Amino acid sequence: MVESKAMEITINGESRQFPEPFTVAELVETLGYVGKRIAIERNGEIVPRSRHGAVELAAGDRLEIVVAVGGG
Amino acid sequence: MPTPIHNLTVADKTYRSRLLVGTGKYKNFQETRAAIDASGAEIVTVAIRRVNIGQNPGEPNLLDVLPTSEFTILPNTAGCYTADDAVRTLRLGRELLDGHPLCKLEVLGDSKTLFPNMPETLKAAEILVKDGFQVMVYCADDPIQAKILEDLGCVAVMPLASLIGSGMGIVNPWNLRLIIDSLKVPVLVDAGVGTASDAAIAMELGCDGVLMNTAIAHAKDPVLMASAMKKAVEAGREAFLAGRMARKYYSADPSSPTSGLIGS
Repeated sequence: MVESKAMEITINGESRQFPEPFTVAELVETLGYVGKRIAIERNGEIVPRSRHGAVELAAGDRLEIVVAVGGG
Repeated sequence: MPTPIHNLTVADKTYRSRLLVGTGKYKNFQETRAAIDASGAEIVTVAIRRVNIGQNPGEPNLLDVLPTSEFTILPNTAGCYTADDAVRTLRLGRELLDGHPLCKLEVLGDSKTLFPNMPETLKAAEILVKDGFQVMVYCADDPIQAKILEDLGCVAVMPLASLIGSGMGIVNPWNLRLIIDSLKVPVLVDAGVGTASDAAIAMELGCDGVLMNTAIAHAKDPVLMASAMKKAVEAGREAFLAGRMARKYYSADPSSPTSGLIGS
């Protein structure tokens, strides 16, 4: 059996382990946000929704995943 | 055809209300929606915040209650203290809203006053305008800074009337008037309105609109206050356009005829 490597990435300030390779789309699915209005920034750059399937995460990535909330 | 008097045009788009409202501090989404409906506002502000990873990804979303098909969503940068954080937040907001470029920029100076940090605000405004955003900007009630923001390309300038969430009303009408008179882009009072008369005063000064949140959300009856604010903004606009009478100091002028009195 081939053991897939695990990589550590930081999501919203929290450290998480994911198998490698892992795309942004797979991450969105794993976290349960498919079809939800969220936006993702990876290492300071926006990952457009159209690119979620193409962008692979790398060890050490810092992600921000945000949503709209009530505010003035 | 002239634009109806209660319409507001920002960045070449016309809205049916001059009242813009925030979506914070309500008890629940149902109250949020009811108050916003009563306010008649078409532009509503939202904040951009981290999702709680692993916690109820299926919970209701604010944008389900306020769909983009019905409202113009104005993402804000509340809580940002640097130009960099504000720019990153609004890029996330634009992605969240499928490329919608209209946004509300606010870069705060400190947590006690929530007064704008103007150097950081100017820096962020410049970056955002170059990046294609249509920036509505919260700022100090300083006519010089307001003009600089217009010159940078902001589509609306939004000075505070008093501190955010204070409900202290229009504390410096003179400065607001200076800003209104010197700018070509819409000027909206953002922050400080406490009750309907404050909104009316802002509009009577010649403001193009008013943005508020706490005055409605923290009223005992938010839906009724939202209705009051809608009327106040419209009344203030009509009074401004009608042109108030001149003030007469130290003398009265009777409203009824002075001749034809009985017994004369």
